[in-house]
Amino acid sequence: MAEKVLMKGNEAIAEAAIRAGCLHYFGYPITPQTELAAYMAKRMPKIGGVFLQAESEVAAINMVYGVASTGKRVMTSSSSPGVSLKQEGISYIAGADLPALIVNVQRGGPGLGGIQPSQSDYFQATKGGGHGDYHLIVLTPSSVQEMADLTALAFDLADKYRMPAMLLADGTMGQMMEPVVLPGESHATVEKPWAVTGTEGKRKHNVVNSLYLVPDELEKTNFERFERYAYIEENEARYESYMMEDAEYCLVAFGIAARVSKNAVVALRAKGIRAGLIRPITVWPFPKKPIAEAAGKVRVFVSVELSMGQMIEDVRLSENCKKPVYLCNRAGGKIPNPGEIIACVEKIAKGGDV
Amino acid sequence: MTTQILIAGFGGQGVLFAGKFLAYKGLIEGKNLSWLPSYGPEMRGGTANCSVIISDEPVGSPIVSEPDVLIAMNLPSLDKYEDAVVPGGMIFVDSTLIERKVKRTDVKVFYVPSTKLAAEMNAPTLANMVMTGKVMKECPGVSGENIEAALKKVVSARHQDLLEINFKALETGYAL
Repeated sequence: MAEKVLMKGNEAIAEAAIRAGCLHYFGYPITPQTELAAYMAKRMPKIGGVFLQAESEVAAINMVYGVASTGKRVMTSSSSPGVSLKQEGISYIAGADLPALIVNVQRGGPGLGGIQPSQSDYFQATKGGGHGDYHLIVLTPSSVQEMADLTALAFDLADKYRMPAMLLADGTMGQMMEPVVLPGESHATVEKPWAVTGTEGKRKHNVVNSLYLVPDELEKTNFERFERYAYIEENEARYESYMMEDAEYCLVAFGIAARVSKNAVVALRAKGIRAGLIRPITVWPFPKKPIAEAAGKVRVFVSVELSMGQMIEDVRLSENCKKPVYLCNRAGGKIPNPGEIIACVEKIAKGGDV
Repeated sequence: MTTQILIAGFGGQGVLFAGKFLAYKGLIEGKNLSWLPSYGPEMRGGTANCSVIISDEPVGSPIVSEPDVLIAMNLPSLDKYEDAVVPGGMIFVDSTLIERKVKRTDVKVFYVPSTKLAAEMNAPTLANMVMTGKVMKECPGVSGENIEAALKKVVSARHQDLLEINFKALETGYAL
């Protein structure tokens, strides 16, 4: 077995990206993701890669757009306010059908907000974020190991489906250290005949663009893209099921909220309350099927979030109003502790409202 | 066995560093562990605290809200976290900087003049390591082994000349 090393989540993303063959990084510093950029700044020059601190987030995402057009693996990272600035560029990348990785190590908002962890960019990440009809593949790591593993997976999925992927982490995941087995080296295996690489006069030149002034043509690109999205929704939803076999109270949580929820599930079971957890690993595509299936068995769902209740809408859509869905949340950089989740479930169990 | 440790103090006291040392020690010993810092935007003077969990089981939430072991390096930290310690837990108090006594009677308390001892060693920034030495001696979840190996990992390459003084600080605390 490969050696375990101790790393911050932010550093694990950076090293995993390099090992996945990403030699182009463009960013702009912001807490709590700066270690990622710092790691890239240190490593990229030594391995013939590019680290560039752009003049702004807007510039950085457009540099990503440029490199993505050439078919090279490329990424940027930021935290909530910075990711908002990148939305125009992300929409262009999605409109041009290009693979790229965007990392959001979320902090509390709205506005400049604070520097403590949050999950309140869920809507932005899963419902488009920028203008136009599009999606990102959105992966939500819940450990430093997953920060590394899902980075590699994000590059693969982005290449496979020719679309941008996002790693939606939070300040806790970025800042915490855990032992991690780093993934081996991998590279893009998907052919990219669309890439802008120079024709050497031998072929017709490729055009990477998101501008279609003829509505019929633009409509066609939208329909084609959504056919691909439908396939992804059917095939790429990922989740972890924890103690769900006989669960009556189904917690739904991702990232740091899922870590805390696991503690709560164990403690609730010790009190004789049969709780379980469904942890989405992708939030787009959202794991609708396991939640729809659970709806036939459990009494209630509890969406545990570091936001004012965003994922809860997808939980409701997935379980199709069969069972009540409650929200257990903190916001603005606060994280619910297991005791708060336990109290919330106990209150529901006694028939109270939360 | 699971040991949940909360180290709290001012920024600049080496709170995060002490936690990292314990985390690396856990890694070397093949334990499951997590290390999670929490601090404000200040480089020095703000509050800093650090959650370290060392366990034989997989670690759930990395946030220590009910510590088995509290290391209080200043008065605001003791005030804030004293009540959170689990009954039967341990509180380590830097008695140079904290004049008051612990009010709880259901926890083990160790008063360590770590800031004074570190100053006497001409290493005023190593109160954190003096304190950590004492923790290693008293806390069953944190052994006194693998000190050198963990120090080598946690002291950055350009500061390897500071290994010896860190080691001495740990020994000083351990000998108390």
